[in-house]
Amino acid sequence: MENIRLAFQGIWSHKMRSLLTMLGIIIGIASIITIVSTIKGTNEQIKENLIGSGSNVVTVQLYQDDWAYDMSYSPIPAGVRTIDEDAMKTRLENLSLVEQVSFYTSRNWSDFVTTPDSTFSGEVYGVDQDYFNVCGYVIGWGRNFSPADYENHRRVVILDTKAAGVLFGTDDPVGGIVEIKGEPFTVVGVVEQRNSFQPTIQSYQDFYLYADTSAGAVFLPSVCWPMVFRFDEPQSVAVKVEKTDDMTRAGQLVAEELCKSQIIGYSPSGTQTGFAYRSEDLLLQAQQLQELSNSTNVQLIWIASISLLVGGIGVMNIMLVSVTERTAEIGLKKALGATKRRIRRQFLTEASVLTSLGGLMGVGLGIVMAQVVCTYNSLPMAISVPAILISVAFSVVIGLVFGMLPAMKAANLNPIDALRRE
Amino acid sequence: MILTLEHVCKEYTKGREPVPVLQDICMTVNQGDYLAIMGPSGSGKTTLMNLLGCLDVPSEGTYILDGQDVGSLSDEALARVRNRLIGFVFQNFNLMPKMTALDNVMLPLLYAGVPLRTRRRQAEEALRLLGLEDRMHFYPNQLSGGQCQRVAIARAIVGKPKLILADEPTGALDTASGEQIMQTFRTLNERGITIIMITHEKHIADHADRIAHILDGRLVEPEPVQAVKGGAFAK
Repeated sequence: MENIRLAFQGIWSHKMRSLLTMLGIIIGIASIITIVSTIKGTNEQIKENLIGSGSNVVTVQLYQDDWAYDMSYSPIPAGVRTIDEDAMKTRLENLSLVEQVSFYTSRNWSDFVTTPDSTFSGEVYGVDQDYFNVCGYVIGWGRNFSPADYENHRRVVILDTKAAGVLFGTDDPVGGIVEIKGEPFTVVGVVEQRNSFQPTIQSYQDFYLYADTSAGAVFLPSVCWPMVFRFDEPQSVAVKVEKTDDMTRAGQLVAEELCKSQIIGYSPSGTQTGFAYRSEDLLLQAQQLQELSNSTNVQLIWIASISLLVGGIGVMNIMLVSVTERTAEIGLKKALGATKRRIRRQFLTEASVLTSLGGLMGVGLGIVMAQVVCTYNSLPMAISVPAILISVAFSVVIGLVFGMLPAMKAANLNPIDALRRE
Repeated sequence: MILTLEHVCKEYTKGREPVPVLQDICMTVNQGDYLAIMGPSGSGKTTLMNLLGCLDVPSEGTYILDGQDVGSLSDEALARVRNRLIGFVFQNFNLMPKMTALDNVMLPLLYAGVPLRTRRRQAEEALRLLGLEDRMHFYPNQLSGGQCQRVAIARAIVGKPKLILADEPTGALDTASGEQIMQTFRTLNERGITIIMITHEKHIADHADRIAHILDGRLVEPEPVQAVKGGAFAK
């Protein structure tokens, strides 16, 4: 305690010199904090781009072995039951982490949706009434599916803006007719994704194709699905999760629940047929992308660490000079009965107080720099608290390591020589 | 008997040649003695002082201080001996410039591990004893030379040592302040503290009960001192 007080006194009485001594540490720590915060910001951005901030939707699909089961090319699988939607909905929504679920069937890269003038080759979905809400679509114009549409098996479709553009150009699509495999359907509305729901990359497929190349989507009531496709197709599930970070877990829970009740003869080790429900894990994808960006930045951290090392050496130099300067003081203290250990501790404390002070200042500077960098590159600001704690701890360690030599030198001074020198 | 030197030699290595500084010193100092050691510069008196103060150990011979053989003590133990048994007074005071008089006086007690409150009380007591009660919170550069030396003496006695070692205590002071310091020493000696003072000035040495002369590293015994104190020096 006494030592720490004295150390501060010493630092304060040589303000300029102390600041110059700390400069290396300040710069080193500041650059580490900046880099780490920028990395974290980039990661946040990747996550947002891939998942969409606040959309929190995981889709759970039927897989056979490692591939999503595609009904376009394969018959209805034996060994998988069709989901009893009402009962299963209650069960799934009672799971923890799950906010809402919606069931749907789908086809990708269709070429059977046509108007007299054009052909649409995007995705076709047969959806229940919750789908738009779960997946973050809002009605742009026209109307939503009504319960009556479902009860009366009305042949109605809703297009997303992209599909509407492809099929109708600039004309008003509402009231228009599209043919799906030759069956006429009336367009009742156009949906678009809610703004805050709009990630740069919207789904697993888009992850590869990118948003601009995504072809759009056509939605029809699930009850109409068998009119153009097959009866009793196994459904996929869109799961809205309360928190983004829980997406993986919630997806797994839902997939497990579905496997247990829908896959005949399912056991956790797999089935003979290879069927299983699996969640499509965007969070995991995001993490893989983040790791990619991390690995490039880790090298930057190494470079910054070298500057920290140089800073430590600077501290050592100044401390060595300071020991020589204070020879008389050390000699006197020894004459008054200070032990070697006490002298050593005094200098070690001084060095580590100096470096930790530098570390704290570096953290401050680093936060400011991170703010500037993040603003400049329009990244989300993310200060890493562990990085701050580690840096400060590390700067104390630097003080201890590089203070060792000066402290030993001071402790081993011969009191006579020390007193002699005037 | 507080200390005994038996055939003590000390030599320093300068380059390759060992240079003898002290040769065959034998002396005994009793509890309550007031001894001056005189000698011209280069005679080895400061080296003797360092040996007596346990800042250095003899090259040959034995030095017994308060029943302990100093030559056999570890660094730690030597530090403890300096802290508990000896109070130093230097020519140029050697006060910590960034500390107040009170903090300076408290320093030896800090090394003795005395708790803060007791430290403060004892330091105030020591300063009061030296008539510095109104200068406790002054920094050394705000004090006169005489006052600084009295602060240094307060620092020397605060740990209740058995022995005070003074190296040219009046060397940096004017005559009046020097006289005052000598009176202080006399008072302290009357309280039973053993004092050994090194000086090259005769009129200062005369304040002591006994005077020893050192010349070219050898102790020269003056008869009158032996007569006064009854044979404090033995061959």
